[in-house]
Amino acid sequence: MRRLTPYLLALPSWMWLAIFLVVPLAAMASVSLQTGNVIDGFVMTFSFSNYGDALGTYSTQLVRSLGYGATATAAMLLIGYPVAYWIAFKGGNRKSVYLFLLLLPFFVSFVLRTISWGFLLADDGILLGTLKGWGVLSADFHVLATSFAVIAGLTYNWLPFMILPIYVSLERVDPRLVEAAQDLYASRGTAFRKVVLPLSLPGVFAGVLMTFVPATADPVNAQVLGGTGNTMIGNIIQTEYLVNNDYPTASALSFTLMAVLLVGIFVYARVLGTDNVLEAAAR
Amino acid sequence: MAEQSPPHTPPQTPPDTPTDSAIELEGVVKEYVSHGEVVQAVKGVTLDIAEGEFFSLLGPSGCGKTTTMRMIAGFEEPSKGVIRLHGRDVTDVPPNKRDVNMVFQSYALFPHMSVWDNVAFGLKQKKTPQDEIKRRVEEMLAIVDLTGREKRRPREMSGGQQQRVALARALVNRPRALLLDEPLGALDLKLRQAMQLELKRIQREVGITFVYVTHDQNEALTMSDRIAVMKDGLIEQLAPPREIYERPATTFVAGFIGTSNLLSGTATGGVLKLGGGRVLVPGREGEVAVTVRPEKITLTTQEPASDVSALPGTVSEVVYLGTYNSYAVKLADGAEITVFEQNAHDATVTAERGDSVWLSWQAQHSYVMGS
Ligand SMILES: Nc1ncnc2c1ncn2[C@@H]1O[C@H](COP(=O)(O)OP(=O)(O)O)[C@@H](O)[C@H]1O
Ligand SMILES: [Mg+2]
Repeated sequence: MRRLTPYLLALPSWMWLAIFLVVPLAAMASVSLQTGNVIDGFVMTFSFSNYGDALGTYSTQLVRSLGYGATATAAMLLIGYPVAYWIAFKGGNRKSVYLFLLLLPFFVSFVLRTISWGFLLADDGILLGTLKGWGVLSADFHVLATSFAVIAGLTYNWLPFMILPIYVSLERVDPRLVEAAQDLYASRGTAFRKVVLPLSLPGVFAGVLMTFVPATADPVNAQVLGGTGNTMIGNIIQTEYLVNNDYPTASALSFTLMAVLLVGIFVYARVLGTDNVLEAAAR
Repeated sequence: MAEQSPPHTPPQTPPDTPTDSAIELEGVVKEYVSHGEVVQAVKGVTLDIAEGEFFSLLGPSGCGKTTTMRMIAGFEEPSKGVIRLHGRDVTDVPPNKRDVNMVFQSYALFPHMSVWDNVAFGLKQKKTPQDEIKRRVEEMLAIVDLTGREKRRPREMSGGQQQRVALARALVNRPRALLLDEPLGALDLKLRQAMQLELKRIQREVGITFVYVTHDQNEALTMSDRIAVMKDGLIEQLAPPREIYERPATTFVAGFIGTSNLLSGTATGGVLKLGGGRVLVPGREGEVAVTVRPEKITLTTQEPASDVSALPGTVSEVVYLGTYNSYAVKLADGAEITVFEQNAHDATVTAERGDSVWLSWQAQHSYVMGS
């Protein structure tokens, strides 16, 4: 009995995983191999061609999504790392205030926030309208409905998920390590490169995972800020499910996206595995 | 036309003062602003540490030892005053350009690097050739007895081993002075005593100036060539251990170092009359304070001769401490005096609790302060 106790204690979480992850995944896997339509119903035909067809039709959007996701993730890293660094090392006793400010936008719904960006960036909106009024920008200048708008939206929406894990890892770096490096003849820059950066890599690793996956799969930004020419795979899946009611195609696309992301994460973890990263940094 | 300088020319800037002092502090003050108030952590320290010396900064927690050391290392800039290393004014020189290395209180080893990479860090920064790095790191790890542990990470080592890695990481650079901030503070007593001897041996071997910060008077007394006793950001006394112990300059030093007995009163004709006895203070008149070390006092049941200081009292406590006995003796005026008696011959005690005894000591063992 003693020996079983830990497993019994873990039971609720296993049940949770089973009910909310495994069952829906299995259902979706099954649907992705069926044929039919909403009116007559779907039947299992082990139609693996669903995958080929879906990919053939929507490969552009899939590749675009990965590109947007990667670009936005890179942008978040470039913006987020310095912010996390600043809060962790220069935040003093106001750290929690800054973290709260960072999370403040989350009190407004994701969709609403994105729509507000739509207002802000509208061709004759507060920002562009004013600048055009002053003659700073030409009248036909626009931001909305460009890939830039979508990537900017993704970057804005997921940025805190990049900052928080990096902040956590930086916060744990003992400032005396930096002093020790400087004492051993390292300049400020070298001390950062050799000590702070390597020690924060686990946070960077987590931050990239936590932002790249949702940003790549996100349908809202492309829909609200992207116009017609920047459709992402998330939009396609949504449309196939909710508008076209083509459940097999939607499921096949979802699975494909999941597989691509999982493979990507795996490769990323292997190539940039934290231990290897740390070894490399010590050289 | 400028001459090609050979590799071993001394630094281009001539030293400001031609001395063999390693570290000089002149009127150094450090002020912090905390909660809108100016706090003086160091209130004006002047000292001169000689090349090759084992120098200790000793004092209670909060007296400014760490701040003083951090200014020498370059992590803090003095608010006032000048710091010179080997005659060169370094007051505004950043830590990475100073030829001193520091051993941090909690070691501050790089957790993501192996022992080898930790120790080699400074040499790599100075662009030392690979083969020389290898030779010197190996040599240093042998000195601190860590050969064979090169690949370990700091967290895989015991406190004592981490301590030695920290020492090796600093010493391998052959700094002209090594700064140690309570380096043994985190170790247990036994290991601490072993490391004290070890540090002393290493210091003799490498012949580098050591500046040692501690709040442990025993540590300072056993290891140092000279000690600066600090209190509230000022140096109370700067002298060799023996002198600090035998001739404390202030009542604070007397109280802080070892156990000491403090007697005070008004002296007339070179004698201080106290509770039926006398303390000889040759040549002194008026208000005086006298300190006597417990081991200098002889405890007898007979009244001693008239050429020594002698006080009568009652034994209030006897503690057997192995190599010696410690007595607490209450004087007629209520003051309590501690006396140590060597257990040289047999294990018998001279007096028991409640016995009337005489305390006596030679005039030269009274250390007289004040007027
Ligand atoms: N960064 C700082 N800001 C404000 N006060 C400080 C700072 N560093 C030290 N102090 C104050 O200066 C005094 C001396 O500190 P420190 O040099 O660390 O003492 P020690 O090492 O002898 O224990 C203490 O009262 C401490 O509170
Ligand atoms: Mg200290």
